[in-house]
Amino acid sequence: MAYEVNGQTIEHDEEGYITNLSDWSEDLAKVIAETEEIEMTDEHWAVVNFLREYYEEYQIAPAVRVLIKAIKKSMGPEVGNNKYMYELFPYGPAKQACKIAGLPKPTGCV
Amino acid sequence: MAPLDKNDASGSSADKGAADASSPDPLEIPRLSCGAMADLHSFEAAPEHNELLGFPGELLPNWKEVAIAKMGELAEKNRAFRVYLDTCVKCGACTDKCHYFLGTGDPKNMPVARQDLLRSVYRRYFTFAGKYFPKLVGARDLTREVLDEWYTYYHQCSQCRRCAVSCPYGIDTAEISMAAREILDSVGVGQKYCNEIIGKVKKTGNNLGLNPKALRATLDDLEEDLLDDTGVEVKIPLDQKGAEILLITPSADFFAEPHIDGLLGYAKVFHSAGVSWTLSSYASEAANFGMFIGSYENMREVAWRIRQAAKDLGVRRIIFGECGHAWRVAYSFLNTLAGPFDFLDQNYPIPQHILEFTLDEIESGRLKIDKSKNDDYVMTFHDSCNVARGAAMGREEGGQFEVPRKVLRAVCNHYHDMDPDTIRENTFCCGGGGGLLTDDLMDLRIKGAKPRMNALRKATEEHGVTHMAAICAICKTQFSKVMPKYGYGMDRIMSVHQLVANAVILEKRETDAAEKPVAEEST
Repeated sequence: MAYEVNGQTIEHDEEGYITNLSDWSEDLAKVIAETEEIEMTDEHWAVVNFLREYYEEYQIAPAVRVLIKAIKKSMGPEVGNNKYMYELFPYGPAKQACKIAGLPKPTGCV
Repeated sequence: MAPLDKNDASGSSADKGAADASSPDPLEIPRLSCGAMADLHSFEAAPEHNELLGFPGELLPNWKEVAIAKMGELAEKNRAFRVYLDTCVKCGACTDKCHYFLGTGDPKNMPVARQDLLRSVYRRYFTFAGKYFPKLVGARDLTREVLDEWYTYYHQCSQCRRCAVSCPYGIDTAEISMAAREILDSVGVGQKYCNEIIGKVKKTGNNLGLNPKALRATLDDLEEDLLDDTGVEVKIPLDQKGAEILLITPSADFFAEPHIDGLLGYAKVFHSAGVSWTLSSYASEAANFGMFIGSYENMREVAWRIRQAAKDLGVRRIIFGECGHAWRVAYSFLNTLAGPFDFLDQNYPIPQHILEFTLDEIESGRLKIDKSKNDDYVMTFHDSCNVARGAAMGREEGGQFEVPRKVLRAVCNHYHDMDPDTIRENTFCCGGGGGLLTDDLMDLRIKGAKPRMNALRKATEEHGVTHMAAICAICKTQFSKVMPKYGYGMDRIMSVHQLVANAVILEKRETDAAEKPVAEEST
């Protein structure tokens, strides 16, 4: 189970989350997004970048509400709302966006 | 078990039991579809997940001997388990009670058939007739195929116990399912979803893996939202020593929707009641997946964190937030697992449910309510299985059914129950309970939600019900994922305390008045 990026092999788990978080690159994000049938736009990148920054500081992904509030601040209410987040990431901004951002899958009753 | 196995003739109708919103009868018995779910194999745990829980990392070379010995040990130690295996008379009362059977049509999801997967092996090794005349009594050898079949079908049981209510002998399939998973774990075959999560609780105190710094940051963010929305400084304290109440709530309440709205509801109720309360970063989880895998040791270790947190923080009361199986563990087992709680205030229930607290506040008139704030919703209530059939609430029998309904009726003008055969002690599982709330079981989750969704559809058609409230983190997540498959928006599932939060009228206390300039600056 691995992604192929620029001749490199990046391992992932059964669900497509990368095994070594340090393997992440923007090119890898594009490859993961492709397997998720998502075409990365500026809005997608805003979410992915915020997730990565948040993870850098807190070692965990933010609550969906925290994510949406941050995106609302940076990109306005047309993008920073729950409905639009699900349009960007149909399988949910938490799990699907985390996968593309190279972060671990949120676990638990979520 | 051969007659129930997959065959080509019936295999083609495998999708007959799939999600079909056109059928409004929640109790409709599907056409049998042998083997429909035989290939569903939830991801297995990695060795490190198993080892952290005290299990072998991988399948043991002598797994067969270990599994049989474990079964014998369980039958010896747990008299109920032995009685359940010995007693079934095949009356058939349970056959149409399981939501997974109703949703998939797979006959091995009939409770009696699920029990027999284990019972047939028990007979072979632990009964006279099975030892000498196995074929006569449906006894079979433990083989690798049987082990795999256990894994497959005991991870298609949400341990909801609806079948146990209908059994004239009270045989509890959940106990058999828990035992099966414990046997599987003991030979090195664990389930990824449950075992990884229990490991996270051991490391970080919660299922999510949320560290104290991240938890505090999330709570700060929510406090900011509360201030923006209400103009009142409602706090969500963390690790506050000397607080009166320790709130133990599922970590999904810090992360997911609509769970977070429930957390804001608890905060508003506590604020309004004027009590001091705190969350704990050490015991930042109500859920206890140790129960799902039937592991007493793991269940005890998780429960023990709550006792430790209560002692360290010096609280006098413990209150549980909205989490179904957590309330079963708390109400039914906590004292055995982590008691005695003689250091808490004995004048209050130990532990108490947040709904009991809220109802007391409402009935005493201390909590001011504006029901019209919820006039956009026509509500119904989904009884969570572990609350309905595994615990109690309030001061009267059946309180676990009445207390949530009383609260809902107190905060909403429009409330209707669903079909009586699908609520209270007959409630259907949401389809994601018992350690099955994982994406790799999504097909099962969607199909298993069918009876509940059909009951909701009926309530929508008959009473115009628009939204459903629940008091379980698993139910809430499950419904937000599967409701869209049945024609409802994901926001149609709500937390009970979300509705409380909408309706509660917050009065500014003196401390708020002193800090008023802060509130004004931020609005």
